[in-house]
Amino acid sequence: MGKRFFLLLGLALLGTAVARPVQLNGAGATFPYPLYAKYFSVYHRLTGVRVNYQSIGSGGGVRQLFAQTVHFGASDAPLSDAKVAEFQKKFGTDPVHIPTALGAVAVIYNLPGVKAPIRFSGKVLSGIFLGRIRTWNDPQIAKLNPDLKLPPLPITVVHRSDGSGTTYIFTEYLSKVSPAWKEKVGFGKSVAWPAGLGGKGNEGVAGLVRQTPGAVGYAELIYALQNKIPFGAVKNRAGRFVTPSLESVKAAAVLEAFPADTRVSLTDTPAPEGYPITSMTWILVYRDMKANRAVRNRAEAEALAKLLWWVVHDGQQYNEPLHYARLPGVAVQVTERNLRTLTYGGAPLLR
Amino acid sequence: MPEWIYRRLGDRLFATLVAVLGLGVVGAALLITVVLYQGSAEAFRTFGFFGFLTSSVWDAVRGVFGAWPPLLGTLITASLALLLAFFPALAAAIFVVEMAPRWLREPVAYLVDLLAALPSVVYGLWGIFVLVPLVRAHLELPLFTWAAARAPLLVPLLGPPTGIGLLSATLVLALMIVPYASSLARDALALVPQSQREAMFALGATRWEVVRRVVIPYARAGIFSGVVLALARALGETMAVTMLIGNAVNLPYTVFGPAATMASLIANEFTEADTDLHLSALVAVGFVLLLLSLLTNLAATWVLHRLSRKEVRR
Repeated sequence: MGKRFFLLLGLALLGTAVARPVQLNGAGATFPYPLYAKYFSVYHRLTGVRVNYQSIGSGGGVRQLFAQTVHFGASDAPLSDAKVAEFQKKFGTDPVHIPTALGAVAVIYNLPGVKAPIRFSGKVLSGIFLGRIRTWNDPQIAKLNPDLKLPPLPITVVHRSDGSGTTYIFTEYLSKVSPAWKEKVGFGKSVAWPAGLGGKGNEGVAGLVRQTPGAVGYAELIYALQNKIPFGAVKNRAGRFVTPSLESVKAAAVLEAFPADTRVSLTDTPAPEGYPITSMTWILVYRDMKANRAVRNRAEAEALAKLLWWVVHDGQQYNEPLHYARLPGVAVQVTERNLRTLTYGGAPLLR
Repeated sequence: MPEWIYRRLGDRLFATLVAVLGLGVVGAALLITVVLYQGSAEAFRTFGFFGFLTSSVWDAVRGVFGAWPPLLGTLITASLALLLAFFPALAAAIFVVEMAPRWLREPVAYLVDLLAALPSVVYGLWGIFVLVPLVRAHLELPLFTWAAARAPLLVPLLGPPTGIGLLSATLVLALMIVPYASSLARDALALVPQSQREAMFALGATRWEVVRRVVIPYARAGIFSGVVLALARALGETMAVTMLIGNAVNLPYTVFGPAATMASLIANEFTEADTDLHLSALVAVGFVLLLLSLLTNLAATWVLHRLSRKEVRR
């Protein structure tokens, strides 16, 4: 066999070297990970482009993008103005935000004997999580729920104990609707909670809520849906009580003036049909990909641009089966415009 | 291999090997300390070492960090758990060594040791699904309603009777450390010479008197070592405590209410700490935990030293 074997081996190695498929690396948010895994496995089957995504958390994704170890980062929060400025100064090009899906935070509770969804408002939620509204039959809650008979049960507040994007979205919403919350607590991935118990992860919060009669907490909508945990309706800025669902979450992004860079917070959305505790999740890339050391040649840059184009178009059909809301038309249009500005050394990547 | 290699090199080789391995352990410990200190430098610079230790505000949004609440939480849970675990552990050891019929000794000892082999996340799950509902229904709610009716002054001290909090975490922690204390105590009791017991029985002592007057004093040092080991375990336990303690970093703590320990705080916030100061403050908490363990171990060595000296004097 000797010679022939080595000849074959050599040919095989040569073959892989010549026709090696493009491989793209990304890292970041854990929230869209199931969705991205689906996108990338389908895309690999369609085109042969392999995408390796590591869900290390939004903060990590941004760090890796700045460190130029990945083709793209992913984050549940847009880069702040300061971060964008830092990026431009460092790399001489803009970061481009590509929204991929929408998610929401549901207010979950455990109230034995109450069947219909409870209605909350921003003011009541901040009162509850500040520890100022202490029982379920508090007049402020009763006023929003005239049809429900609420028991005089004490409210047990449950929040995330670990740092998380879910907490960020929820506290950002409370900060927008309640000056008292903004002043006392503020918003961030972990905050100094004035009241309640902390559970680790969505499953920790949901576990505590299920275990404790009278508990109220918050969790990703996907988690609440998949685990059939009751959740409430929340009054939006237009004054409607909206139950979170794929439709109402998608509706939250139907803005009259969608910002060109898609960096917009959707919490307390002005959209009349929208659920108010909603957020987008983004993929972040360099506008001029040549500035990113991780992108080694034009072929990789092109593959990435095409992948992103596919994600915001054909890829969107995989969102809803996985309980992520699709991007509304306005968001897709703005994103198309942004994708057309992607270049490699000044030469545009998409026709 | 020729014989001279054994003669000339054998012992030297062995000595070097042992020295390298031994020093390696010391070196690793030193390195951990150095790295932890470097990592926490920023927090200590910002708040001062004692300022960091004594401040009770932990607020990532405003960037203010103080380690007093988790430090207090660690001290309370660990010491209470030790207090709760000590007598059952000692009793189990005495039962196995002094009382149990021969056929029962091995199984009981084995089962107690098995408690140490359970992963701590299993304790956490068991705590959430079994212990918490029991504690809530049969301990916290009755006490709370009694206090509300008879001693309203106690109510703010007791805190919300949700079952999740300091009390449940301490109970599970106590259960977790029983095997450590018990195992060492058992060995120490077994080492007490039979002649000591026989002499006592010959004087007409009851079994209780034998155990109380001879066996326990003789095994004192070994029992104490078990206590130290159990305490060390309790100070650092993370997973089960995180699942049960309710994770609230704000004082004042209440008996039933949520709290936080140093280990649980690090486990919770480390992965998503995105400012340098926050990260540094968490590493600093780790450094404080290391210091605390070091202090307890030093104190334990000192006590052990005194205990064994006394024995010699007798």
